[in-house]
Amino acid sequence: MKALKLTNRSNLILATLLVTAGIFNTSCTKEENKSPEIAKAQTPQSEEIKIGLVGSLTGGQASFGQSTQKGAEFAVNEINNGGGVAGKKLKLISLDDQGKPEEAATVVTRLISQDKVTAILGEVASSISLAMAPIAQKNKIPMITPSSTNPKVTEIGDFIFRVCFIDPFQGSVMAKFATEDLKIKKVAVLTDVKNDYSVGLAQFFKDKFTSLGGKIVVEQSYSAGDMDFKSQLTSIKAKNPDAIYVPGYYTEVALIARQAKGLGLNVPLMGGDGWDSPKLQEIGGKAIEGSYFSSHYSAEDKSPIVQEFIEKFKKTYGIVPDALTALGYDAVKVLVEAMKRTDNLDTTKIRNEIASTKNYQGVTGLITIDEKRNPVKSAVVLKVVSTGFKYQTTVNP
Amino acid sequence: MSEFLQHVINGVSLGSIYALIALGYTMVFGILGLINFAHGEVYMLGAFSGYYFSRWFHLQESSSPSGLFLVLALSMATSGLAGFIIERLAYRPLRQSPRINLLITAVGVSLFLQFSGQVIFGADPQSFPQIYQPAEQWNFGDISINPLQATVLGISIGLMALLQFIIYFTRFGRAMRAVSFDHNLASLMGIPTNQIISFTFVLGSALAGAAGVLVGLIYPRIEPLMGVMPGLKAFVSAVLGGIGSIVGAVVGAITLGLAEEFLVGYWKPSYRDALAFAVLILILLFKPTGLFGKKTSEKV
Amino acid sequence: MEVENFRTRFGLNSLWMWFFLLANVILFQIFFVGHIAPYAFSIVMYAGINIILAVSLNLVNGFTGQFSMGHAGFMAVGAYTSAFLTGYFQLHLGESFSNPLISNSLFFLALVIGGLLSAGFGYIVGLPSLRLKGDYLAIVTLGFGEIIRVLILNMDFLGAARGMPGIAGLSNFAWVYGLVVITIFFISRIIQSAHGRALMAVREDEIAAQAMGINVTQTKVRAFVIGSFFAGIAGGLFAHYLSFLSPAIFDFNKSFEIIIMVVLGGMGSITGSFIAALFLTVLREALRGLQDITKVDLRMVIYSLVLILLMLTRPNGLFGKKEFFDFLPRRIRHFFGRRGPAT
Repeated sequence: MKALKLTNRSNLILATLLVTAGIFNTSCTKEENKSPEIAKAQTPQSEEIKIGLVGSLTGGQASFGQSTQKGAEFAVNEINNGGGVAGKKLKLISLDDQGKPEEAATVVTRLISQDKVTAILGEVASSISLAMAPIAQKNKIPMITPSSTNPKVTEIGDFIFRVCFIDPFQGSVMAKFATEDLKIKKVAVLTDVKNDYSVGLAQFFKDKFTSLGGKIVVEQSYSAGDMDFKSQLTSIKAKNPDAIYVPGYYTEVALIARQAKGLGLNVPLMGGDGWDSPKLQEIGGKAIEGSYFSSHYSAEDKSPIVQEFIEKFKKTYGIVPDALTALGYDAVKVLVEAMKRTDNLDTTKIRNEIASTKNYQGVTGLITIDEKRNPVKSAVVLKVVSTGFKYQTTVNP
Repeated sequence: MSEFLQHVINGVSLGSIYALIALGYTMVFGILGLINFAHGEVYMLGAFSGYYFSRWFHLQESSSPSGLFLVLALSMATSGLAGFIIERLAYRPLRQSPRINLLITAVGVSLFLQFSGQVIFGADPQSFPQIYQPAEQWNFGDISINPLQATVLGISIGLMALLQFIIYFTRFGRAMRAVSFDHNLASLMGIPTNQIISFTFVLGSALAGAAGVLVGLIYPRIEPLMGVMPGLKAFVSAVLGGIGSIVGAVVGAITLGLAEEFLVGYWKPSYRDALAFAVLILILLFKPTGLFGKKTSEKV
Repeated sequence: MEVENFRTRFGLNSLWMWFFLLANVILFQIFFVGHIAPYAFSIVMYAGINIILAVSLNLVNGFTGQFSMGHAGFMAVGAYTSAFLTGYFQLHLGESFSNPLISNSLFFLALVIGGLLSAGFGYIVGLPSLRLKGDYLAIVTLGFGEIIRVLILNMDFLGAARGMPGIAGLSNFAWVYGLVVITIFFISRIIQSAHGRALMAVREDEIAAQAMGINVTQTKVRAFVIGSFFAGIAGGLFAHYLSFLSPAIFDFNKSFEIIIMVVLGGMGSITGSFIAALFLTVLREALRGLQDITKVDLRMVIYSLVLILLMLTRPNGLFGKKEFFDFLPRRIRHFFGRRGPAT
């Protein structure tokens, strides 16, 4: 019998691997022994209800994650000061995903399997929520995304919810506002191709706007991170639109506004909730004034619940909360309301209660969760003026 | 027609920004044969030091350029210092080691500056103070020119001329050319090689710092990752023009700026970032010496 | 004599050991995987994928001395191709796709096709390496990786920026570690063959290698093709583990991560890449705790600092061109059938 003989070196590589694999074997087996005990020990006896939050706390989109986290943190503190839920305090565990889908997936796995959270909040970006949702669904842990507006997110499964409106609605809000209030007929669309949110929103806007009798005169695109948009704007200018729809993030929109003015393109810009940041005006300066965008709530809203939220929030953090903060706050509130209605904090029961949320008065409007686990709620249109964002109108679904 | 002309103007003004960064690249490459990956990050540091200096002096929006000159000088000094430190700590100890080690170090320095920038300055963008706002746009019929961008173009060409003068008509420039030709031989001739290399780094980095401030003025959104793409594109410009050639860097940058502008304006904007790399690959395959680089020409 | 015979037939000198290792992986999958805590398990899985990436990049960067910075691009090609294929199969086979035998064999097919396509791209990228050296090649490969990403961003049927959700979660422990074993087997065998010696000859001195009759061009391109094939496989595993793809995942930071693994482990050391990939993947998660304290993300700062310091103090990485076992006492090495020191 002829043996398959290999040379020395590969044997040694093999041996090393065997040893490492052996170490792995033992270490993993240990883990296996431990984990069920932990599970038994923690769930019934723990005095805290753990809620996991996944957000981009660092990286290019850090400001979104940080805003959401502040809102959630504020809500959790408020609830704990009021006695918590069923005598138990809430504990918010915030983990960073650096704005990367694969990081978010790991982080969710950790929150569920190691921290044993009861529910998950996050993410802001739809493309990251899409990577998280299957894991939450598989483990039957309810997940509420505060601000992922892509319809696909909640289609992943029946444990996935959101507290913001979805892109088709947001796109139609601006299309309606443009035709009915601004009486605009010709619009240019400038999309951020690197950004799923922007691509989706642009599509829904176009559909609605053309069905209302408007005309899209030119479509152009850019990539998040670009700094020069003059080329696109020059091409847009040649088509003489009445307005430009730019459903991107404020980071680029502010520069686009400046360069549009520089090229003598004096038409209003229109956009979505990605604009909602004080930085929009800081960077955009005067050029961005006179533009419109749709968002979740207006700080000018006179209703007592909004004013009370803003006042308290200002006392704690010293700043006016933006839309993402308000959504983070509402996400926690909706979750807690659902928890209060269950008797034993079982995750499936919490899911059922979130699904039956009806007419909950949140900061960002009246929230009723529909059968697709999306809230039926209104949007506001804001105008950028020198003093900030001025409330224009509320659009109901 | 006016749309076409406007595209040309936009392209040249974008190219002039790449040119400012490319000049530093080409100088460092010329003398060390090293792609200084961290060059884009030095440019970022220049923009941020401009930001902090402007706030430090409480500079207001004004139409007189005196504040700008102050900030520009200080930022150039800061980024020059950064370039000096990088060369001294990271590159000099490795000068005798294999190329690949030097390259990895350069990548490491670049990443280190990007990520520590995110920690120190914060990851979200800052708005650069508008310390110098020229009175008005220049409008010719339908065509508009931003005077600030015209200034940048002027500065790029001026610097190009100045560098060309330094390199070819001063003792110092002669030393640079000698070092570029052969380090060891140059030091045998009594040329203080280390000092010359340090000085080249300082000069190149100061140029990047100036670019950072000027870009901050024109595109007032600065962030720690802002140097990555312009850095790479400036490198492509330098290669396109013939790396090591000063005139080539400027011509290459403006060519790239125009190419990008026309790609975006008339074809597919989403291929913008791919264009620079496609140009790079093609030029390296078919004319690796670039437009202006000749095998026999002296490079610095 | 008898002992020697035994060693040849059943000991480490035999191919059977590699089969044994594969069997071990499968047994592990059957008996243990279900009991591992999911979080620890996900780290184990990513570590396996990173091992394949690092070992395959090492073939190009370490053994052949060509500095590639576009590994994430090849990974993306493999990931998207295989994900698209399994998605296609799933759509057209419907019910019968849920049969594990069918789905797994189709998964294997998709992985191989993904790998092959990626290898095709590797061939294209390898070609410029005939004319380009060092820094230039590095930046060209980086550019190539970016071009691939931009192309995917423009392909609507791959989801463009929206990403590709709902990829069948077919990657399991057996697939990942089975392929880790196979990758390491192949690459370590290549290195010891005449081809491998040609690769290293090219690394040491191209002109001398050519003088020895080595076809430098072919050798370099071959390294690129093989390296990118395995990167494509790793991409496929990644796609079917995460169940979601978006072009943003494959930016050049991903390439840098793999480079850091290779450099830390030692360029030209397979066990080095293996250990470094394992170590850095675990470290990433371990440093998460640090982030809770510092409130800022220091991970990449630490990584890049390690890279610089490594180059300044120990440019050969942990193991240099040696393997892990070369550092073991002589007697143990001898037991494994190894006599002289590594070269």
